[in-house]
Amino acid sequence: MIEVKELRRRFGPVVAVDGISFSVGKGQVLGLLGPNGAGKTTAMRMLACYIRPDSGTASVCGHDILRDPLSVRRSLGYLAENSPAYPEMTVGGFLNFICDVRQIKGKDRQKRLDRIVPMCSIDSVYHQTIETLSKGYKRRVGLAQALMHDPAVLILDEPTDGLDPNQKHDVRKLITEMGKDKCIIVSTHILEEVEAICTRTIIIARGRVLVDSTPKELKEKHHASLDEIFRTITKMKKSA
Amino acid sequence: MNSFWAVFKRELKSYFTTPLAYVFLVIFLFFAGYLTFFHEKFFEMRQADMQPFFTNLPLLFIFMVPATAMRLWAEERKVGSIELLFTLPITIPQAVLGKFLAAWAFLGIALALTFPMVITVAYLGDPDGGLIATGYLGGFLLAGGFLAIGSFFSAVSKNQVIALVLSVVACAVLVSAGLPTVLNYLSSFLPAGLVSAMKGMSFQEHFESLQRGVVQFKDLAYFVLLIAGWVAACTVILDERKAS
Repeated sequence: MIEVKELRRRFGPVVAVDGISFSVGKGQVLGLLGPNGAGKTTAMRMLACYIRPDSGTASVCGHDILRDPLSVRRSLGYLAENSPAYPEMTVGGFLNFICDVRQIKGKDRQKRLDRIVPMCSIDSVYHQTIETLSKGYKRRVGLAQALMHDPAVLILDEPTDGLDPNQKHDVRKLITEMGKDKCIIVSTHILEEVEAICTRTIIIARGRVLVDSTPKELKEKHHASLDEIFRTITKMKKSA
Repeated sequence: MNSFWAVFKRELKSYFTTPLAYVFLVIFLFFAGYLTFFHEKFFEMRQADMQPFFTNLPLLFIFMVPATAMRLWAEERKVGSIELLFTLPITIPQAVLGKFLAAWAFLGIALALTFPMVITVAYLGDPDGGLIATGYLGGFLLAGGFLAIGSFFSAVSKNQVIALVLSVVACAVLVSAGLPTVLNYLSSFLPAGLVSAMKGMSFQEHFESLQRGVVQFKDLAYFVLLIAGWVAACTVILDERKAS
């Protein structure tokens, strides 16, 4: 469902993403791992058609990110790094705006709101303005906005960042459940999260794919914890 | 088209969910009244027309319209909501037009709320309705022109204060280029052709003729081209800078 071919992007002298390629299919939850500045967010932003690659391309559900960005955006749900939203809007107003843009109307809209709002545990803050919410709630509002149109592909940039342990558990459970019939890319720093929810993991550093494997295979191959493997691989590359 | 309406609706609503709209409207209406009745000495003129109001509109708009426009894109970029907006199925022109037209509609509401002045003039005498209508049309187009410039500078800078200062300066230059004192000074060292070209590019020139009740194609075309040009430039800049 996602095909990435030689994506490359630089910001001035800094090469953020340096020719990464991979593909993700339905039913897979791909964990994108990497140290800070590895290029995870840039790669995700390119897939969500927020920024254009300098070279290379990718397709989401058969739509090319360069030729047909609108269809790509229609078919994916994207949760950006800091779950940006409009602070002065209420949660309800914001989700209705998302429905307006995604052309979800009438009874269908109400049905989706009735399903997504409790699913993301934001019913208690539904009438509150977003600027008054804690980081955890903001994150869940961001997640709700990404799920509103029931997309086939989900791209989530650090979805559990700022959540308390209970909320983290709930979101991980949600991702695992959705992962059965969707294609999901999750970026994270938390290695236990990869073990808990990802069926596959890609480690990137300095814009390059270093490892493309499953968490289980990685552990079997290196006979170590994911934490140790991550440190070894990313440091090895740094010193090389 | 639906995405455009969604952006338009959200933007227009956002003015009224924050104190912004109310602060703007109170200050705008206060100064509109003050400049008309005290600065222009409306009652002493003993003439029942809207001229004193329309004459001061460019001066008022130089500060008020960029203040409305400065948040359009600078705030989106600062808060980061631009990333949300441009990862939704919305094209950049749809978003730019949606936000621009919402702000323009808001300024239209502000202008419409000056209706007590029309009632005052109608009560005191027998004003020319056509003149008032073209004056308002000119005022609305002028607001659109200033707003288009403001929205461009709001896309240029993440900082709202910088966006405000740059648009005030740009609007002031385009208004003052048509003032007789400036033109007289410029004609002392610039060739006549250039001075006349500058006069033609000024807001003042085109707004004044609408104020006099003359609706000419060249004046309407001036405003349409000016608005379209700056809005198009805003689209290009946003596409270039949205992620910077």
